[in-house]
Amino acid sequence: MAIVEDRNIIAVDVQNAVKRYGSFTALKTISLSIKDNEFFTLLGPSGCGKTTLLRIIGGFEELSEGAISLFGDEIAKLPPNKRPINTVFQNYALFPHMTIEENVMFGVEMRGGSKAEARQRASEMLDLVQLTQFASRKPSQLSGGQQQRVALARALAPEPKVLLLDEPLSALDLKLRQAMRYELKEIQRKAGITFIFVTHDQEEALTMSDRIAVMSSGELQQLGTAREIYESPHNTFVADFIGETNLLEVSVDALSGGSATCHLGGGHELICDEVKGVGVGAKVHLSIRPERLTLSDTPMEGASLSGVVRDNIYIGTDIQTIVDLNEGPQMVIRTSNSDRGNKRIFEPRSPVFVNMEKGAARLLAD
Amino acid sequence: MAGGAASGGKAQTDTYKEARTLLLLPSWLVLGFFVLIPVFMMLIYSFLTKEFRGGVIWEFSLAAYDQFFFDRGLFGDDAPSIEWTYINIFWRSIWQAGAATIFALLIGFPTAYFIATRPPNSRQMWVFLVTIPYWVNLLIRTVSMKFLLRDQGPLNDFLMGIGIVDSPIHIINTDFAVQLGLFYSYLPFMVLPIYAAVERYNFSLSEAAADLYASKWQTLRRVLLPAVKPGVIAGCILVFVPSLGSFLAPDLLGGAKNFMIGSLIEEQFKGNAGNWPFGAAASMILLSLVLIVLMLSARQQNKGEGV
Ligand SMILES: Nc1ncnc2c1ncn2[C@@H]1O[C@H](COP(=O)(O)OP(=O)(O)OP(=O)(O)O)[C@@H](O)[C@H]1O
Ligand SMILES: [Mg+2]
Repeated sequence: MAIVEDRNIIAVDVQNAVKRYGSFTALKTISLSIKDNEFFTLLGPSGCGKTTLLRIIGGFEELSEGAISLFGDEIAKLPPNKRPINTVFQNYALFPHMTIEENVMFGVEMRGGSKAEARQRASEMLDLVQLTQFASRKPSQLSGGQQQRVALARALAPEPKVLLLDEPLSALDLKLRQAMRYELKEIQRKAGITFIFVTHDQEEALTMSDRIAVMSSGELQQLGTAREIYESPHNTFVADFIGETNLLEVSVDALSGGSATCHLGGGHELICDEVKGVGVGAKVHLSIRPERLTLSDTPMEGASLSGVVRDNIYIGTDIQTIVDLNEGPQMVIRTSNSDRGNKRIFEPRSPVFVNMEKGAARLLAD
Repeated sequence: MAGGAASGGKAQTDTYKEARTLLLLPSWLVLGFFVLIPVFMMLIYSFLTKEFRGGVIWEFSLAAYDQFFFDRGLFGDDAPSIEWTYINIFWRSIWQAGAATIFALLIGFPTAYFIATRPPNSRQMWVFLVTIPYWVNLLIRTVSMKFLLRDQGPLNDFLMGIGIVDSPIHIINTDFAVQLGLFYSYLPFMVLPIYAAVERYNFSLSEAAADLYASKWQTLRRVLLPAVKPGVIAGCILVFVPSLGSFLAPDLLGGAKNFMIGSLIEEQFKGNAGNWPFGAAASMILLSLVLIVLMLSARQQNKGEGV
């Protein structure tokens, strides 16, 4: 396309947002900038304040402190019906007394569109979510997945600048949920608007998002692309929450040329990249993803830690091997089933060496 | 509800049916004994001949209905013309009851909404507060109302005291006084069903409406009201129907010229001056009116839920 897209327009800018409920602080000074056209995800465990932040952006909840702007305009004082933002609610909140078509028309009409316009727009949206044949049904006559798509169509119909989605897939079964992930992503791309998506499902976040904000107990833990968050977690919480990892307590023995030598206990040593804020003698955590580790019966070049296989667990795509390092901690190693031909499966109690590619271990500042 | 039973398969449905018949038996007996039989007696009485000191003579006659609808002059031998007296009383009753219902709706809806939006543990208390005045007998309440509204009563004293009016406003013995009395008599019957409906209302629907650019008023009209409509209709019926046949408020607050159906019927059965068949006929006509109102609202309700 000829249009030059400015990738750096900020759609939603939240500055030092604080939200208190009485003496309880649900959001503790959160700042984040969400770009135009971005699929942005708020990820975190239950109760961490994702819904609260989303409701503040939507205008259903007032900030206790801080500022929020939409494309540069301050909106903290605007009621929800004055914000060009629409929401797909967690429970869909479809109007039960209206047909599917009337539900989708509602926002367009309320925004000042004529009936004809609204009908036209509704038919486009129902087409998009492939529910045209259900237009005259009532919400109660649709399945959960269909209702979810109606909620999406209804929120998209008035052409909002930003769409908020609060765990829209959580009520669906696994198969439908996976299918809907791609559909949602596709719809976001076609509509060309900013999606702010809330989930506590890390796999959902990783597969769909341009950027992810990881939250826990009202605080922003890390903001980055799926890859950054998975491969370079900033702290123990992020490393532990996203995917599976070996979280080992280590002490830093030496630093040289950007590398840190870490001691795992039991005489085991690992070399990994230096991380800001971690000095010699520091007792910190180290994260190594199980799939970045390999097993062998003879020591290999680089880091090679000796141990004994405790157990193998078959989990479909992978085999998980649990190894007790000699006089050291336990580690989990994942071996993909796809190239098992090349790899040996070590029986329990056999002595092995755990090998790590360079750069796979990551020191965590806290 | 019916769906739940129907989906249970045939055998189960039959079991349910049997159980239902048994369980409903006491209600049917009570209803039959205290409602259907008296109504049936009234129906028969309305077609009998009147006895002069009250009571009836067992002789078929259409005189009661004739008296209600037709005017045959003082001696009953003129050419019949429409008798407006009773039709007008009916008409005024409908109007009074309707006005009282509208007042009750205007006050009752916000009240119910207010209660339903309180924290759950304080709702009980609000409901209780609403019903407190109704622990006092209706007659006493209506008499106190009369005292309150008098020209020299507390209300007028107050209004003159703060200087809004110079001389007492006459409220007592007006249509408005009757409407006020009826409104006050039956207000809880408006508040409670609406409260029950609003309490069940899913408030995220209001949020969704606001999210979709609806103003507060549009949200009320297009989302909240349709959702709680059954409660509103129930409330209106529960206020309108007893208001229509009420005689305490019109008697005590409306004075002689603000006669309503209830008073008319009451007169017919009181003392020796009455006319039982005529009272029975008026009751039957009132009953038909009420049934028509109920049937219309039931149809409306079905249409709302229609698929
Ligand atoms: N109205 C409220 N009053 C008091 N506390 C509240 C209120 N709403 C939310 N909270 C608290 O704020 C915290 C954050 O809640 P929030 O709903 O944002 O969590 P969440 O991240 O969306 O969780 P989930 O994944 O379970 O939906 C929770 O501890 C919750 O108990
Ligand atoms: Mg939530």
